[in-house]
Amino acid sequence: MNLRILGALLRKEIVMMRHNPIIPKMIVGLPILALLIIPLVATFDVKDVEVAVIDNDHSLLSRRIISDMDASKELSVMAVVNTHGEAMDLIEKDKADVILSIPQHFSRDISQLNVEANGVNATKGMLGMQYVVSSVSSTLRDANMEEGRNVPDSLASVLYRFNPTLNFKHYMIPALMVFLIIMICGFLPALNLVSEKETGTIEAMNVTPVSRTVFVLSKLIPFWVTGILVITVGILIGFFVYGVAPAGNIACIYLAAILLSLVMSGLGVTIANKSATMLQTIFVMFAFIIIFQLMGGLFTPIGSMPEWAQYITYAVPPRFFNEIMRSIYLKGTTIFELRSQFIWLTAYAVLAITCAALTYRKRT
Amino acid sequence: MTNSNIAISVRDLTKCFGTFTAVDHISFDVGKGEIFGFLGANGAGKTTAMRMLCGLSYPTSGSGTVTGFNVCTEGEQIKRHIGYMSQRFSLYGDLTVAQNLRLFSTIYGLTDGEIKSRMDIVMKRLDMEGMADARVKSIPVGWRQKLAFAASTIHTPEIVFLDEPTGGVDPVTRRKFWELIYQASSEGMTVFVTTHYLDEAEYCNRVSIMVDGRIAALNTPAALKARYHAETMDEVFRTVAKNAQRSE
Repeated sequence: MNLRILGALLRKEIVMMRHNPIIPKMIVGLPILALLIIPLVATFDVKDVEVAVIDNDHSLLSRRIISDMDASKELSVMAVVNTHGEAMDLIEKDKADVILSIPQHFSRDISQLNVEANGVNATKGMLGMQYVVSSVSSTLRDANMEEGRNVPDSLASVLYRFNPTLNFKHYMIPALMVFLIIMICGFLPALNLVSEKETGTIEAMNVTPVSRTVFVLSKLIPFWVTGILVITVGILIGFFVYGVAPAGNIACIYLAAILLSLVMSGLGVTIANKSATMLQTIFVMFAFIIIFQLMGGLFTPIGSMPEWAQYITYAVPPRFFNEIMRSIYLKGTTIFELRSQFIWLTAYAVLAITCAALTYRKRT
Repeated sequence: MTNSNIAISVRDLTKCFGTFTAVDHISFDVGKGEIFGFLGANGAGKTTAMRMLCGLSYPTSGSGTVTGFNVCTEGEQIKRHIGYMSQRFSLYGDLTVAQNLRLFSTIYGLTDGEIKSRMDIVMKRLDMEGMADARVKSIPVGWRQKLAFAASTIHTPEIVFLDEPTGGVDPVTRRKFWELIYQASSEGMTVFVTTHYLDEAEYCNRVSIMVDGRIAALNTPAALKARYHAETMDEVFRTVAKNAQRSE
């Protein structure tokens, strides 16, 4: 490999990138925008769950349950009704999300409590139901303790480890960095290469003795550097704006980021090698990126996918990066414990770069 | 012609795209230092033939050598000894004149000292002193073509392939361009050039005319005019190419 030629080609790439009206702004702007806005708006935290209560007990305890629930941050009791029909009516009018029915003589015989949730908005219904159950549980526990009774064992105590306040931002920030590397390190080298095809400058390169490995590397290296920059911006914004700092080793995060940049840029260049126009490249890249985003465990946990789909996620390289990022960020997991993810990611990196070099044709 | 005097030699070179035969069994020799004109209507197969000679395209069949290397198997060796100026402008518009020239000289393995002296010579020859820091996309077409020629010959190749180098260029600049070609040729460089300007064909040592993928005529301009009883190369071309079946 001729390093002098590689150096000359890299200088060319840097000059061209600097003169590009959009790319430098996008490299700086996209991470900042994404990290400043998306964690605030794309939140799965559910607030203001409206509860309709059917109180058949009319006891001190039932009134205490209702007022505790109303006082909690996430829940508000929007109506206390007498019949189940009235409560269902409120659900149908989309005024209530959860129905809590307190049976007669509940205060004397704490046995059964009915909670029903509106499943149209599955997330809100599910979380609302959990909030209601935990609110009732804590009221009962307090009441029992005040009367000097033992707290019943059946009431579960819920404790969220590693993200104690279940703050969605802690979950979202590492995921956004994955998203940014996929976008920037995947799209930009592909577009860069195919634009050389469209302007015809690639012909001038192909007719020179420059080796394809050197040429492809000159297309990839700038975006590996960019990937590292993006991660750095992400870590800084995460820390200074949201106070989220990686619990584990930062060097491991960078290593994983470099590996994912290799995978994505290799894929981008491979696709560009096989396409003739910008439009083709963009469409094919989109197909990959949508699958990567949706199946990589970025938005929905892989563990809740059907089993056959979970096997498919092994073909989705960002999946491993996602796991690495979240484990290191939230749990402080070490590289040794994440070795299988690192091995998978390395294998994909080698594969992608090899494909990028092999699919590049100097001669047709 | 003896072997040592031959720059390009091809026999039955053919290129098919599917069922379409773009270049159909062409055979010819080009001597060292010769200016060889490669004429033909649009779609006659000139560019395809030239791309095979430059190692950009694999021949479907046939054989040949360029600078002594096999066109079928030694494309990368050929690339070290030739220059190619494509029909489409192929310098980097965002780079300056000097950055473009330096990039191509580095790729061809010139040392820093050689790059500096070659660039001084080239800039003087092109009357472009003082324009070294101009961005290429901001300079006029005629200058750009001269610059593209300079970039493709900066490493003093044995052969330079020029694919319609003067397309869209004004007559004065065209004239200057041919002066550059003559200068390169006088320094021993073989020039293989395609053109649609038939006055330019008169400047060539020998001319071939391609019709429908085949070479229909090949000789010196004077001999061709005598054979077709024509006054100008324009008349020769019209006579030879009038039976063409293909058009663009």
